[in-house]
Order: sequence, then structure tokens, then C-alpha cells
Amino acid sequence: MVVAAEGVPVGQFKGQTLSWQVNSGTIELALYRTPCNELGSLSLGELEQFAAALEELEKNAHALIVHSELKSGFCAGADLRELYQRSQAMEKSESLRQVRDFLERIHAVLNRIDASTLPTIAAVHGVTFGGGLELALACDLIIADKTARFAFPELRLGLIPGFGGIPRLKRDVGNAVIRDLLLTGRSFNSTKAQQIGLVSQVVSEGEVLRAARATAAQLGKFDRHTAAAAKQFIKPIPHDELRREIDLFCELFSRPAVQAGLKKFVESRAAQPYLP
Amino acid sequence: MQTAEKTLDEILTLAAAHFKVPREKLSPDEDFFKALGIDSLQTLDLLTKLENHFHVELPDYELQGVTDFRTLAAKIQARL
Repeated sequence: MVVAAEGVPVGQFKGQTLSWQVNSGTIELALYRTPCNELGSLSLGELEQFAAALEELEKNAHALIVHSELKSGFCAGADLRELYQRSQAMEKSESLRQVRDFLERIHAVLNRIDASTLPTIAAVHGVTFGGGLELALACDLIIADKTARFAFPELRLGLIPGFGGIPRLKRDVGNAVIRDLLLTGRSFNSTKAQQIGLVSQVVSEGEVLRAARATAAQLGKFDRHTAAAAKQFIKPIPHDELRREIDLFCELFSRPAVQAGLKKFVESRAAQPYLP
Repeated sequence: MQTAEKTLDEILTLAAAHFKVPREKLSPDEDFFKALGIDSLQTLDLLTKLENHFHVELPDYELQGVTDFRTLAAKIQARL
């Protein structure tokens, strides 16, 4: 294993929630925290390690693929159980401070992936909700299999997406689509996602990683400096809106309705707890 | 346009095959959560399978409270 000066493993890594390795010139970041890659403090810590290693990894690769090894899906978003339990265990002001800190850190990771000099691909299947969709949106291309399902269900909790979802979605699709997703909280499949321009390719069930690898191989044929310049030109990072999103999220999080919504979700035994 | 009965039959066949439950053990008025033994993630999987099979879009809020195959079939039939 190659280790950077700060002690961050570079060439490959296998953690509790994710791993990365370079395979045929493509960095493959694999998520595998059960049940569906919920993003909590442990995942965030390992994502931060990945972000720290990325500069070194980029030197010897031509693309990055983010995918999930779990059958359930790509990522179900933030770990709401952890969020609720932590918020119950401390004073409101401390809870809010920790939420803001978590958001700042996850934004830093997603901004780093977004700004990678490499073309990046989210290879998604199954549940791609909330923070999972926000992770995918930080990538340049989303390739989905037919089982993929997308949603921003945050309004059920009295919140908005907090990991950069709205600003990044605004970059990619029309405002009417965003209003539909955001205000109804409904989920939609990969066919619809491709129709609205969110997903670039839809493939058969179980074929998404193969398709992503084939795409990454194609991306590797081109001059990387040109690709990086093209990406920077066409995909600016909406920093101002991302900052405002954190502020708005924190403002909403402090409301009692959010705690009630979190409690309801965490304690729910319903078959469709993601529905309001 | 296909009949409601055919839609119902296709749902039962699809659900049985996907969740590996004998087709003959599923009945139209049965609670499909119990009959199929599915959790929330598998429910989403079923929803996606149905949308892909029937080429329809089913907003999940329309399915809130729907628990039996017959009502599910009616919701899909309304969008064919």
C-alpha cells in the first residue's frame, strides 16, 4: 500500500464502509455499508480519507467510478438514525453545531469529487435517495441500471437536501423537474431519470459496473488535460448556492417539526417509511 | 388496451417470479407485504419492476396505503 505523507493510504484502501483501488487506470470507489450505504460519521471519515488521497490517485488514473457493492442500492442517503440519536443525546445548540460541522465536512468531500481533474462516473442501482443522489450528482456522469430509483425525500422530515443536492441538480436539469422532485418527495426510475437528463445511460440489471468500466476506458483514450479543461468549463461548482444550502438546512433543522419527523422515521415499522 | 384482469394476473406472475414465491400462493386481495415478505427497500424494487413492465410511472404517494394486489392493479390500470 502506498501511503501519503499525512498517513493517508493512497493506492488502495479497505475500510469499514468503503474501499478504493485503481483498476486498469480507473479509480474504483466501492461503498458497502449495510443496509444501504447510509452516510454517517464512519462513512464520512472514510470518505474524507478518500478525498485526501485523491490528488495522488489522480496522477496515475484517467477516471473515477463510484459504485455500491450492496444489492439494496447505491446509497440511501444520510444516516438518519445516527442523526436522530445524536440530536437526542445533546443540547439543541450543540446538536445544531454538530450538524453544521457534518454538512461542512460532507460538502468538502463532495466538492473535492466534483472538482476532480478526472472524469467521474456514478454507477448506480437500486435505492439512490437523498445524500446518495447528491453523491451521484457530484460526479460527471450517472450510469444507472434498470433497478435504480431516485428521490429527494427530505421534505418528509421538514428538511431540504443538505449535501449539495439542489444546487447540483439545478446545474443539470430544469427547474420544473427539481420542484417536482423536491416538493412531492416522490421517487422515480432510471428511465425517467434518463428522460429528464439526469442519467446518461441505462443498462440492464447487474450491468452497471461493467458499463461504467467500458465508459471509463473510453474516457481514458482522450488527452486528460483537455478533458479536465472541458469539465471545468462546462461544470462549474455552485459554491455560493452550496453555502446557502448549508445555512438553510441548519435553519430548518432547528425547528421542532424536524425532530418529530426524524423520530417518526426512526421508529417507523411501516413498509414504506420513506413516504410522508 | 389490456383488461384489468390481465393487469392483475401479470402483477401476480411478476411478483411471484421476482420474489420467488409460488404463483398459486398469491391471491388478488392478499396483503402483498405479508405474502411476499418484503421490506421497504424491496417494495421500491417491486415498484420499479412494475413500472418497467407496464411502461408506466407510478408516483409512490399514489400507492401509499395500498396493500393488496387488486388495488395495486387498479392504480396501474389507470395509467395504461
